[in-house]
Amino acid sequence: MAKTLTFALMDPPFENARSTTALRLIDLAVKGGFNVNVFAYEGAVYLPFAKQAQHPNAVHGRTVEEENHPLPRSWIAALMKEAGAKGLKLDWVNCGLCVDERGAAEAIEGVRRGSPADFWNFAQNSVNTLVIGTK
Amino acid sequence: MKVLNIVEAAYRGTLEEQDDTIVWFCHAMKGANADIDVLLRGNAVNYAVKAQDASGLSFGDARQTQPPQLANDLVKLNGKGVKIFVVEDALRERGIEPSELIDGLDFVPRAKLAKLFADYDQVWHW
Repeated sequence: MAKTLTFALMDPPFENARSTTALRLIDLAVKGGFNVNVFAYEGAVYLPFAKQAQHPNAVHGRTVEEENHPLPRSWIAALMKEAGAKGLKLDWVNCGLCVDERGAAEAIEGVRRGSPADFWNFAQNSVNTLVIGTK
Repeated sequence: MKVLNIVEAAYRGTLEEQDDTIVWFCHAMKGANADIDVLLRGNAVNYAVKAQDASGLSFGDARQTQPPQLANDLVKLNGKGVKIFVVEDALRERGIEPSELIDGLDFVPRAKLAKLFADYDQVWHW
């Protein structure tokens, strides 16, 4: 049976390198055969926000297709797909109150709503937990 | 499992949230029977100062009616059985006297943090 790792994330997308680094760590965990739990707290609930959209970039001189702007929601969906293909699970829980105060309810498929009690439960049933707080 | 939660990023969103998000998170986890304690370090040691008053914020006719009461939130957390550790050096560096602080705190010198961490299964640095 695969072991499980838990991550707590707090940063919103498109603000700093911690969010991308966290997803890279999650990717490595999945590649290493771990189930992964993620508790997204505060601004991190926008990481899987379904309405993130690509745009053209006039400064780069590229159309929307050429620019192919990265979207964290797509990366998370890809990570969930990657985990599923390996018989693993990426269980992503968005803090419900954080979602409400930000109007971020429209998340991609596979994201569910939860509370700090879910995070504590995650941590108790994982071999280790990494908190990546915001600064 | 026993976990020490380190709070260092201070006054981050406290006016909007009307609390500190990690102290709030610890209240919620304690409500789920989590075995946790809290360590205040860096600027977050100021959370334990009794006299702070964040009331009075207003924009036009929009007034904040429930300003954060950070020291009181710590008192309540402590009352639920959560130890509140404070780094002594961080207090001294900021000129904060022990008499200015809430009751019930556990003081720890920076040099003994590693020993404190060893008492816990996990340490979460928020």
